[in-house]
Amino acid sequence: MTATKMHPTASIRQNLFYQLAGVAAILSFAFFLIVRGVAEQAAEMTQDGILSASATAIADALRSEGGAVVLDLPYSALSMLGTLNEDRVFYRIYTDQQTLTGYPDLPLPDERPRRGEPVFETHEFRGDEVRAVSVMRPVGASGAARNVIVTVAQTRLGLEATSRTITTTATGVAAGFFLAATGLSLWAASAALAPIERLTSAVARRGPYDLRPVTADTPTELVPLVDALNSFMTRLRASLSRTEDFIAEAAHRVRTPLATVRTQAEVTHRKLNKPEHRLAIREMIRAIDESSRSAGQMLDHAMVKFRTDTLASDQLDMRALIDEVCDRLGATADLKDIDIIRDLPDDPIPIHGDGILLQATLQNLLDNAIKYSPEDSRITVSVTPNDALWVSITDEGRGFGDADLTRLKTRYTRGANVGDIVGSGLGLTIADEVASAHGGRIDIKPNENGAGACVSLVLPRE
Amino acid sequence: MRFLLIEDNPKLASAIVERLRLDGHAVDHADTLDAAHSCLAVARYDLMLLDIMLPDGDGRALLESQRQDTNRCPVIVITARSAVSDRVSLLDLGADDYITKPFDFSELEARCRAVLRRQGRATDNRISIAGTTLDSTAGELLFDGQVIALRNRELRLLEVFFKAPGQVFSKSHLIDRMFSLSDEASENAIEVYVARLRKRLDGSGTKIETVRGLGYRMVAV
Amino acid sequence: MRFPRLAARIIAALTLLTTASHGYEVEQQMHYPSTQDGTVLRIISTADLNVFEPILLAFQDMHPSVAVDYVVVETADLMHAIYAEGASFDLAISSAMDLQTKLANDGFAQDYTSPATQALPDWARWRNQVFAFTQEPAVLVVSDDFFGTEHPPTNRDELIALLRESPERFRGRIGTYDVRRSGFGYLMATQDSRNSEAYWRLMEVMGRLEAELYCCSGEMIRDVASGNLALAYNVLGSYATSQLAITDGFRIIELSDYVNVMLRTALIPVTAENVADAQAMIDFLTMLETRPDLIAASNLPSIAQETFRANTALRPIRFGPGLLVFLDQLKRAAFLRNWEDSLLQN
Repeated sequence: MTATKMHPTASIRQNLFYQLAGVAAILSFAFFLIVRGVAEQAAEMTQDGILSASATAIADALRSEGGAVVLDLPYSALSMLGTLNEDRVFYRIYTDQQTLTGYPDLPLPDERPRRGEPVFETHEFRGDEVRAVSVMRPVGASGAARNVIVTVAQTRLGLEATSRTITTTATGVAAGFFLAATGLSLWAASAALAPIERLTSAVARRGPYDLRPVTADTPTELVPLVDALNSFMTRLRASLSRTEDFIAEAAHRVRTPLATVRTQAEVTHRKLNKPEHRLAIREMIRAIDESSRSAGQMLDHAMVKFRTDTLASDQLDMRALIDEVCDRLGATADLKDIDIIRDLPDDPIPIHGDGILLQATLQNLLDNAIKYSPEDSRITVSVTPNDALWVSITDEGRGFGDADLTRLKTRYTRGANVGDIVGSGLGLTIADEVASAHGGRIDIKPNENGAGACVSLVLPRE
Repeated sequence: MRFLLIEDNPKLASAIVERLRLDGHAVDHADTLDAAHSCLAVARYDLMLLDIMLPDGDGRALLESQRQDTNRCPVIVITARSAVSDRVSLLDLGADDYITKPFDFSELEARCRAVLRRQGRATDNRISIAGTTLDSTAGELLFDGQVIALRNRELRLLEVFFKAPGQVFSKSHLIDRMFSLSDEASENAIEVYVARLRKRLDGSGTKIETVRGLGYRMVAV
Repeated sequence: MRFPRLAARIIAALTLLTTASHGYEVEQQMHYPSTQDGTVLRIISTADLNVFEPILLAFQDMHPSVAVDYVVVETADLMHAIYAEGASFDLAISSAMDLQTKLANDGFAQDYTSPATQALPDWARWRNQVFAFTQEPAVLVVSDDFFGTEHPPTNRDELIALLRESPERFRGRIGTYDVRRSGFGYLMATQDSRNSEAYWRLMEVMGRLEAELYCCSGEMIRDVASGNLALAYNVLGSYATSQLAITDGFRIIELSDYVNVMLRTALIPVTAENVADAQAMIDFLTMLETRPDLIAASNLPSIAQETFRANTALRPIRFGPGLLVFLDQLKRAAFLRNWEDSLLQN
């Protein structure tokens, strides 16, 4: 059998899976960014909100007393900053170029806040990044009001912790989403390819000679492929039957004239009396037989070649095959008073293979044995089931003499010892090729119980 | 025996007809399926020789139609397809045997005999001489309540003698009848077989005697 | 640097003696040598030696190679030492939660996390820098002599009512902290002012009855026990309990409306040199609950969640930036002004 080399490009399932997984990865990453962005913004807004509430509460507590700005720092203004986290808190109340109270080194906002518009800033203070809010509040009678700036700052460690939690959560959710989406991608890729797999297995299950059109349910996208496949199989079927027909036709063309000539020769032979004429006719008939046998074996060989390319694997009974062949050749053997002795087991011998080829092989081997057997002799067909299945045909003929036993199997080589026997030498070649195609071989050795040869078809056991 | 030969090649057909007649058989020839059907409708044949490739159709169709017939005529298919693909299906379709072109008439005769024997058809193939009967279908010799099974060549030789008791047959004629033309056979072989037959016939009402210089003949004891 | 200067001023007011080398007064100092050669753990603390010694010795039992240098200062001095002077101590232990909170908030404390600190209730630690190891209520101490068989008041309203009913009985015979001098007193007073409107009424009444002002719980308890005082308000409960073991003549009353619970805390200053031993000491302190012998010996009640479940009037003072509020100079000035207005009516 010749194996055609295919060059598979990447699998559709893989491509589909990678593409879907890629999309899932991009979506997961986008999801991650959005979730983290939104959540961090929310957390920042929360901190800004509390800071600004704190600053506003302080500003609300500012009052003017006797021209001086007085502050009764509300407890809640700072304590509210401790509700969400344990961040450090700084504040500064500033007016008239001096710090009224709080942390005098806490930076003032770069941009002076206007009333009702708090200014937010993020900067470094005392070793940590702080978020600072500043509000401006005029204090005092409208004429002599003094602008007081209230700045409240808080470190962002809590925010960072929150951000880490959010990032971890978002990563987890995105990873989960990615895994789920990837799993679904795998499933989707498999589901999408299921019709192709059904189609594949429907075609793969077929024997080599099953070239019926594929009728399995086909998704729309695959209809052109299946149509092409069916059309290809139709052409292949036509081509195969053409090949078979050609061989049959060739046989017919060669053999019919030979048959005519041979029959006429026989008739003529009857009518002739002179021994030298009769001898001439006999020679002619022998020549005809030889050429017909050669033609037959060449055609057989062609057919064997053709069939071994696509070897059928039928469930067979080797015993029945042997019986049929023996029955078939019984009449031929009878002509020479040769007894075919069948040494077979009672039970069927199950074997897988191409029935037609195996039968042809056995027939060739037995036919050879009959050809090379003397009159009034015996041919034994026996089956020895060892580790391999041995079908042996033992004759009492002249054997193969000193011929190179391996060369015997090569095409057109005949035994050194065939003399007057009509034969082309292809018989063993055909048998050998069929045996090889079935993973077996042809074994040739001398008959152990006297003159003759023992030719065996050796096939691997099931 | 009466044959129906269905063969479209006229030369081959006439050669086969002539050859079979030489052996004393009656042969009708049909060159198409239609003609074959006509023949089958009016006559009874012991055996049909069918070429599978016919101008007006495949011989298989005839096999198929014959298959239903309870009293069908046995069929030996003549095929040009030597080996592989056709054999099984031909037998499946109801052919009794087949023979590949070109064929040896001894082989054909052996196959015919085997087919008829398998079929168990009562054709008048028994010849009796002086209380000794030869059943050439069964391949048996009967006398004095004995049944003697004959080997193929013994049978074929005896047939020659039984069909023409008293007639002298030359050794070369006997060789023609006993051996396939492709076999190498010497006149010594005839002597060996005649010796065997004499042993078989020992005690029967017939014997084979030597006619010096001419050959052999069968006579009553 | 206004704030530290203020702290320094407070300290200056409280300090009787200021040495040239540093701006805080050491009240007591003790060196506990190690039995083996090893490290020295330098602790600055507001807890008296006799209170803390059993704990230090037990700690040394477990860590024999650690010598302990124990320096006792006032709460404000501790603040000054760490905040203004950057004095190098390995551990700062103080009853002034607000000052400890400020140290941590302003970046003077180190982070520390261990299984022991994680086991603390949330309210007992802050920023993984300030760790509470005792819970000490502020109680009312009443004289047995004065009350006899009479039922003492059980809440602030009853107390106010009692004082108003018979001012002549109580005039000059009630005591409380001088919040200007005592950090603990100031903390309790400010928390009181947050918790209840009754506080200012009580101060008003006490001011009219010419309340005696004290710097320390010890003196108040002594005067109550001797019968000089009828009652003392906002006395450190743990101290009262320890005194009750050796003196009689007074009773301890936890008022039923609410009881402020001060948490004694430890922190590791950023200037610490022996951080490892300081951490070991923090672990040791936060696990004080597992050493009843030390609790008994020191009379320091360990952190115990169940106390608060049993008595819902107990309120631990919450850590957080809120504690910074009363440290604000304007706020402090305003509060003290109010307090003086109430208590110093003459």
